[in-house]
Parts: sequence; structure tokens; C-alpha cells
Amino acid sequence: MQCLFTLCGLIAVGFVLLITIYLVISGIPAIREIGLFRFLFGKTWAAGQGQYGILPLILTSIYGTAGAIVIGVPIGFFTAVFLAKAAPKKAANIIRPAVSLLAGIPSVVYGLVGMCVLVPALREWLHLPAGDSLLAAVIVLAVMILPSIISLSETALEAVPKEYEEASLALGATKLETYFRVSVPAARSGIAAAVVLGIGRAIGEAMAIMMVAGNVANMPALTRSVRFLTTGISIELNYSQDGSLQRQALFSIGLVLFLFIMLINAFLNLVLKREKET
Amino acid sequence: MKKILPLILAAVLAVSALAGCSAQQKGGTVNTDGSTSMADVMGALTEAFREKEPDITVNYSGTGSGSGISGVLDGTCDIGLSSRELKQEEVDKGAVAHVVALDGVAVVVNPKNTVTDLTTEQIADIFTGKITNWSELGGADAPIAVYGREDGSGTRSAFEEIVGVEGACVYRSEYGSTGDVIGNVASNENAVGYASLSAVDSSVTAVKVNGVAPSEATVKDGSYTIQRPFVMVTKEGVELSEAAKVFLDFAMSAEAAEYITAAGAVYPY
Repeated sequence: MQCLFTLCGLIAVGFVLLITIYLVISGIPAIREIGLFRFLFGKTWAAGQGQYGILPLILTSIYGTAGAIVIGVPIGFFTAVFLAKAAPKKAANIIRPAVSLLAGIPSVVYGLVGMCVLVPALREWLHLPAGDSLLAAVIVLAVMILPSIISLSETALEAVPKEYEEASLALGATKLETYFRVSVPAARSGIAAAVVLGIGRAIGEAMAIMMVAGNVANMPALTRSVRFLTTGISIELNYSQDGSLQRQALFSIGLVLFLFIMLINAFLNLVLKREKET
Repeated sequence: MKKILPLILAAVLAVSALAGCSAQQKGGTVNTDGSTSMADVMGALTEAFREKEPDITVNYSGTGSGSGISGVLDGTCDIGLSSRELKQEEVDKGAVAHVVALDGVAVVVNPKNTVTDLTTEQIADIFTGKITNWSELGGADAPIAVYGREDGSGTRSAFEEIVGVEGACVYRSEYGSTGDVIGNVASNENAVGYASLSAVDSSVTAVKVNGVAPSEATVKDGSYTIQRPFVMVTKEGVELSEAAKVFLDFAMSAEAAEYITAAGAVYPY
């Protein structure tokens, strides 16, 4: 029996190793041919003209994720505080299933709604030639990361010992003061973990933002059409020829994205570890 | 590995030579090489051909028109595939063109757009960003949203090549498929895009180019200018293998028309 469990564990490790090795092997040649500096800091991506600079893609991924966090975290955080502490039972019974339903919606559906509703709306409101833009992608991402932020923060808040809050209330603090001065600080590492998880989700998303971001490799600006690291791979994969520099460069983008996500994961582990220690 | 490869190739050659000897059966391999835009047409043709002549294998490798033509001139493949007309220096070297199909690219706008007739220069100016408002073309006072395909798409390279804006286009958005371009043009009144003629439906308007509306007929008679030929290239003075000849004859025959049309191209004869 022990043997079977070990085997199952090893399969998971094996896949991670396989993917890592494959990405490194197929991602290195293009970087070597293009040059690491020109690849990472080149400002133009135009495979047709042999220009492979992914700085616009990297910046777009960072800006897009940051934007999603700026919009998504406050909403998610306050929803979590409300659900964990303040919500009347009836309201919580409606909101909680709604949040978990939000987590279950496939990303292509987010993209579709974004494409059919959000993109035309942005075009009308902001008088743009077309609504596909970084802003549209940020809004879609913000909604997509809400469920993970809400449910993780809520769990952390509910784990705060009742005695803390009771002590605070007994000392004369109002309910609101108790939530924000006692409960939230006590749950802060759990909330931080929720935010980091949200970052991880946002930076790895491809399908939904491919449908709303416009996919031109511009330097990022809110109302401009942009290309993320993830969408950079998926949009050009179909027509890039096997073995061509373009195809290899797409794998190199994958490698860069992989490193980004590894960093975020390492950071998440650090946060969680600190939570365990305190 | 490097030593094994010639051996295998030699063995394959020997086998195919033997197959050729045995009572003039039409077995063998046809190697075609060239244009990636012709992938669909070649796919349809080889599939139909396999049912007709199961003994002949047709290989296709998409490397680009230029390398397909030089491949047939150097003798590394049987038939070169080109999605553009041959250049004079290629003809001088002995390249012979056999046009198997024509490919039209339609410029599409939203049905609500009042601009329905453009010249090639105007189209070039729109896509390079010199014209940015529909009012400059006699339409409504609205910014132009230029939609296109991603780098590497055959439709994109065809369009940019024919209009003369290669690598100079300023796109507002790029999409991964023809359907996406048409869908987004259909939902945005400011948009202009391009799509293979066969994919255009009633949700968008295909504009007239220099006064000629795109259709199978106008592509065929050459009056619609945003089009390119799909060419099979052979070399003058070099005898085709039996298998290659059979395949070329099939591709040029009236029988192939249905498959070429199904692949989204126009049968030229």
C-alpha cells in the first residue's frame, strides 16, 4: 500500500520535472540565437520581420496583473470580511454559493462575456475606435481572481480565535474596530496568501484575455490593444512552423512565464510558512 | 544517426525504383515543398488523390514559397508550391508555373458603414495608419479600427504582400482566426479587416476594390485585384516522375475543382 501511495506521489513529481526539462530544452535555443538581452528587453515583437523582443509582453503581464489586483483585492477583501464576520445568515447563504459558482465558470465564458458585453461597452463609453484593450483585460482578470481571494481570506478570518474578538469587544471597541484592528491583523498572512494566489491566477490566464485584449504587441497603455505573455504564445502557435525560430521563441516565452510563476509560488510558500510559524 | 539517414533514404529510393519498374504501376512518392498558405488546398487535394491513387504518397512540407521554388530548381523536391507569381529570375532559371487555384482576400467592414468602395491606395493608407478616420473616405466621423490576423497567418501575408504594406501595418487588434476577425468586424461599426473570400458571410460587407466587388467571378477574370495564384512549380527540361506527373495532372484537372473550392480557393479554369 505504501508503495502505491509513493508511486502516485512520484507521478506528480515526474510530470513537473518533465514539463520543466522540456520547457528549458525547447526554450533555450531561441534565447541563445536571439540573445538574452535582446529577447528580454527588445521593444518590438514582429516575428515576420525577425524581431523577437518580449519586453512589451512582460510589461503587459505585470501591468495587467497589478491592475487586476488593485481592483480585485479591495472588493474581494471586503467581501471576505463581510462574509466571515458581519453578514446576516441569509445574505451569506446567497453570496457564498455565488462566489463558488464564480470560481467554477470556465475562463472561455469570461472571455466571451467580456468580448460581447465589456468590449463594446468600453468602446462606447470611452469613444475608442475599438474596445479591445488592457483595461478590458484588467476588468476580466479582476473578476476572475475574486473567488480565490474571497474564499481564502474568509477561511483565514474565520480561523481567528473567538477570544481575541471577545476581548476586544469587552474592552469597549465597536464591532467595526474589532474586525479591522483585531481580526484582520490576526489573519493577515492568510489574506496575503490569498492575494499571492490571485496574482498567480491572473498571470497565468490566457483564454479569457485573448478574447478581450486585442493581442497587438504594443507597449502597455490602458486603452491600447496589448499582448500578454500567455496570449503571445497561444495566438501565434497555430501558424508558426515547426522548428522555426518563431516557434522556438514561443517556447522561450513559455520558459519566462514559467519562471514568473515559479517565483510567485516560492513567494506563496514563504508566506504560508510564516503563517504556520506565527 | 547521420550515417543511418542516407542508408534509409537509399533504401527508400531503391524500393521506389523497384516499384516503378514493376509493370508500370503508378506507385511512388511525390515530394512537394513550399507555400504555407497552400496547406489547406494541398490537404484537400492530397486527401482526394489518396482515394484515387492509393499507391502514391504525396508529401507536403510548408517552408514558404521562395524555398519551394528554389527546392524544385535544385531538384530537392518534385513539385514546388508558390502562393505568388514567379519572378523573372526564377523563370530564367527554368521554373514553369502551373496555376492550380486562385485565392481572393476580401476587405470587410461593418454593414452599417457607408464606405463600400476603396482604392488599393486608400486600403494601404488605412492599414499603415495614414488614414485614421472614416470621414476622410466619405464616411461617418468615426475613428478607424484596423483589425488583422496574427503574424504567420497566410491571409495576413497574402493581404500585406498584395496591397504592398508588408510589415508596415498598424493594427488595432490581431485575432487568431478568420472567424474572429469577421465576428469582431460585425460587432464594431468602426472596424475594417480582411478575410479569405470564402469565409465572408452576410454579417459583414466586403468592400469593392477599385470599383470591383469581390466574388468568385471577379477573382477568376482578374478584375478583383486583391488575389494571388496558387502555383505548382516544375523545372523546364526535367522529366517529372510518373507519380508526380499523375498528381500534377490530377491537380490541374476539372476533377480537382470541387476540392479546391472546398478548401476555400477559386478554381481558375
